[in-house]
Amino acid sequence: MQWLNILLQGAMLGGLYALFAVGLSLAFGIMRMVNIAHGDLIVLSAYLALMVVNATGLPALATVVIVVPVMFVLGYALQRGLLNLTLSGGLLPPLLVTFGISVIIENALLEAFGADIQRLHAGTIETASLALGGIAVGVYPILVFVTAVAALAVLQVVFYRTALGRAFRATSDDAGTAELMGVDNRHLYAVAMAIAMIFTALAGVLMAVRTTFDPAAGPIRLIFAFEAVIIGGLGSLWGTLLGGMVLGIAQAVGAALSPTWQILAGHLAFLLILMIRPSGFFPRTRD
Amino acid sequence: MAAVRVERSTRESRWFAAFLVLMLLVLVALPYWGDPGDMRLVAEMAYYLALAQLWNLLAGYAGLVSVGQQAFVGLGAYTLFYLTSQFDMHPLLAVAAAGLFTGVVAPPLALLVFRLRGAYFAVGTWVVAETLALGMSLVEAVGAGSGMSLTPAIMVKIAPDRAGRDLVIYWLALAIAVGICAVVYLMLRSRLGLALTAIRDSEPASESLGVDTFRTKLLVYIVTAACTGVVGALIFLQKLRLSPDSGFSVNDWTVVVIFMVVIGGIGTFEGPFVGMLIYFGLRELLADYGTWYLILLGVVAVAIMLKAQDGIWGLIAKRFDLHLFPVRRRLTR
Repeated sequence: MQWLNILLQGAMLGGLYALFAVGLSLAFGIMRMVNIAHGDLIVLSAYLALMVVNATGLPALATVVIVVPVMFVLGYALQRGLLNLTLSGGLLPPLLVTFGISVIIENALLEAFGADIQRLHAGTIETASLALGGIAVGVYPILVFVTAVAALAVLQVVFYRTALGRAFRATSDDAGTAELMGVDNRHLYAVAMAIAMIFTALAGVLMAVRTTFDPAAGPIRLIFAFEAVIIGGLGSLWGTLLGGMVLGIAQAVGAALSPTWQILAGHLAFLLILMIRPSGFFPRTRD
Repeated sequence: MAAVRVERSTRESRWFAAFLVLMLLVLVALPYWGDPGDMRLVAEMAYYLALAQLWNLLAGYAGLVSVGQQAFVGLGAYTLFYLTSQFDMHPLLAVAAAGLFTGVVAPPLALLVFRLRGAYFAVGTWVVAETLALGMSLVEAVGAGSGMSLTPAIMVKIAPDRAGRDLVIYWLALAIAVGICAVVYLMLRSRLGLALTAIRDSEPASESLGVDTFRTKLLVYIVTAACTGVVGALIFLQKLRLSPDSGFSVNDWTVVVIFMVVIGGIGTFEGPFVGMLIYFGLRELLADYGTWYLILLGVVAVAIMLKAQDGIWGLIAKRFDLHLFPVRRRLTR
C-alpha cells in the first residue's frame, strides 16, 4: 500500500513536469530550437504571479488570468524580435542566445527580488486530500495533473483539428515548403512560442504553490523538462505526459528511500532510459 | 607564371610569437616583481584560458556544445583530493593522475551523451554533471555534501612553507595553461585539425569527403576531458577546499567559459585569448556591481551571437587580415 501511494504521488508530480516539458517540446518540434532559458521563463512566471499577488491581493491560483496573457505576449515578442534572427545560422546561435537570456533572467530576478526563497500560498486547497481506497491523495496534486491532461488535450485539438495546427505540422515537416504554400514562418514561430509560453506560465504558477523557488531555480526546471521530453520521445505530446510521470515516479521512489536521493533517482532513471531506449517511448520528430 | 608558394606563418605571426615568448618570460618572473595578489590573478587567468581553449576546441571546432564540462573539473578535483588524502600520493603527481582518470571516464560518458544531438547534447552533458555532483555528495570518503580540504600535511609535500607552495602552484598554472594551448594549437595544425575545421564548417560535407566524424569527435571529447580534469585538479589545488557545489559549479566552470569564447570569437584559436582578457577586464571594472556585470555579459554575448558570430577576434581578423596563430595554409606570390 505504501508503494502504491508513492507511485500515485510520483505520477501526479509527473503532471507538473509534463507542463514544464510541453513548452520545450513545442519549440523543438516546430522551430527545431532548444530553449535553454525555458526553466528561467518558468521561474519568471512564478515571480510574476508573486508580484500580482503582492500588488492586487488576488488568490494565488487566480493570477493565471494575468500571468498567462503577459507571458503569451512576451513569448511572441521574444521569438519575433530576437529568436527568429538566430534560426538561419545553424546550431550555435539559438543555443547561445537562449543561454545568454537564461543568465540575464536569472540575474535580473536576483537583482529585483534578492536570493530569498519564495512561495505562494493558495489556502486550504494545499492541504486538502481525497481518500481513494485507503490512500489519501492531495487535492492540489490532482488539480495540477488534471490541468496538465486538459492542457495537452487542448493542444492535441489545436494541432490536429485547426488550420493553425495544420500550419504548425507543415512547418515542422518542411519549413521551406510550408512557406511556399503561404505560411508566414516568422509569424508562425512567434505564435508557437506564445503558445509554448501559455504552458510555461501555467507551470510557473502551479509550481509556485507546490514548491519553493528562488532566482536560481530555473536550470533544474529546464533539466526536468528536458528529461521528460527525452523519456517520452521527441515531438510526442502524450509521450511528454508519460515522460513526466516516469520522472515523477522515479523521484518519488528515490525520495522514499532517502530525501537526498530524490533528484538523483530522477537523473539516473533518465540516463538508464537514454542507455536502453535513446529515442524515448513515443518518438515522432526526427532531429 | 609568377612563383606561388604555400605559406602558413605570416610576418605578423612571427613577430607575435616573439612577443608572446617575451610576455611569458615576464609572467614566469612575476613572483620576483609582483605581489601574491597578482600571482593569484594571473594563475586564475591561466586556468580560465585553458578552460576556454578546451571548450572552444569542443564546441567551436568539433560541434560538441557541452554545458557539462564542470563534470570533468569536478572529477579532476575530486581525484586529486581522494588520492592525496587516502593514498598519500604527492599532490603534483595526483594532478597528473586526475587527467588520466577523467580521460578514462570520458569514453563511457561519451557513449551515453553522444546519443543526443545538437542542443539536446548540451543539456544531456549538463544532466551528467548534475548526476555526478549529486552522486559525489553521497560519498562519505570525500566528505559527502559538505566536502573536504587539503590538509597542511598534504600541502607540505609540495614545499615546506606557504610562499614556496604559492610559487610552485603559480608556475604549475602557467605550465598547464601553456601546455594545453600548445596541445590545442598542434591538434588544430595537424591532420586532425583539418578534419575538425571541415566539421566546423559543414558536418555533412566533411563526412562526404571521408572524415570519420564520430571518431574525430570522440577523440576530441576524450582529450578535452583529460585536459579539463588536469585544470580542475589545479584549480582546487590552489583553492584547497572542495565541495560538490564548488567542484561541479555550472556557473564557474562552464557559463563563464562559454561567455569568454563567444565574446572572443568561437571557432578561432585567438578568440579564447581575447575573450579571457575582456572577461577579466570587465570583472575588474564592474566588480562592485554584483549581478549587473553578469547581466551585461549576457547582453554582450547575445548581441555578438546576433550581429558578429565570429566574435571580437573575428571582426579584427577580417578587418586587418590578421592571423596571429596561423592554423591554415595560404597561397601567396
